[in-house]
Amino acid sequence: MADLVVGRDKCGEQRLVSLPLSRIRVIMKSSPEVSSINQEALVLTAKATELFVQDLATYSYRHGSGKEKRALTYHDLSNTAEESETFQFLADILPKKILASKYLKMLKEKEEEEEENENNNDESDEAES
Amino acid sequence: MAERPEDLNLPNAVITRIIKEALPDGVNISKEARSAISRAASVFVLYATSCANNFAMKGKRKTLNASDVLSAMEEMEFQRFVTPLKEALEAYRREQKGKKEASEQKKKDKDRKTDSEEPGQSLWQKSQEDQN
Repeated sequence: MADLVVGRDKCGEQRLVSLPLSRIRVIMKSSPEVSSINQEALVLTAKATELFVQDLATYSYRHGSGKEKRALTYHDLSNTAEESETFQFLADILPKKILASKYLKMLKEKEEEEEENENNNDESDEAES
Repeated sequence: MAERPEDLNLPNAVITRIIKEALPDGVNISKEARSAISRAASVFVLYATSCANNFAMKGKRKTLNASDVLSAMEEMEFQRFVTPLKEALEAYRREQKGKKEASEQKKKDKDRKTDSEEPGQSLWQKSQEDQN
């Protein structure tokens, strides 16, 4: 567990986090409601983000289809976003991908459905009058 | 303040290293997967910040602190992070304490040094006297 806490940087010195605190801070500050961030909160957020990256990667790999091929693909990640409750907040930024042809087909089917509904309504109106 | 898109991204090299260290040896990570994880990490920071900020506001504070971040993790269903984060916090506090003590010691040593040089009695002057 202690290995998770410290890493080593270029000088071989022990370092608590690898992600640059300045960048983490920029992202945190982009949130409008936030006034100020204490240094400890910054360090913990950076550390939590590292844990998150590890977690997302390992979960996606273990549950993904890429496992047999010893690869981690985008598909594995979008699956995770869709299927895991914990990672559901990522669903919008990791959407499932479909072929353009399939999407166009879906659009067309939807259009046809809507047209049919309109026609049905017209018919029922006529029946009433 | 307008942020360029790159500013809200985390460095690819570091993200890649963290992923590689987490996965078994020899697993290939597609470029798309790496980019997706990087984006996800940025979103995670935003989500965690927003959540932590709610706890700060509840406590009528304007500054986010460590306990707000820990509470946020529980709220976001990342309880498994709480223990390693607490350990990291302890390590960080020890490190800060060590640095503070080191710089205080340095200052003490510096003060001691300047005290030992008495006015009007430098070694050079003394040796001159001896020669006479």
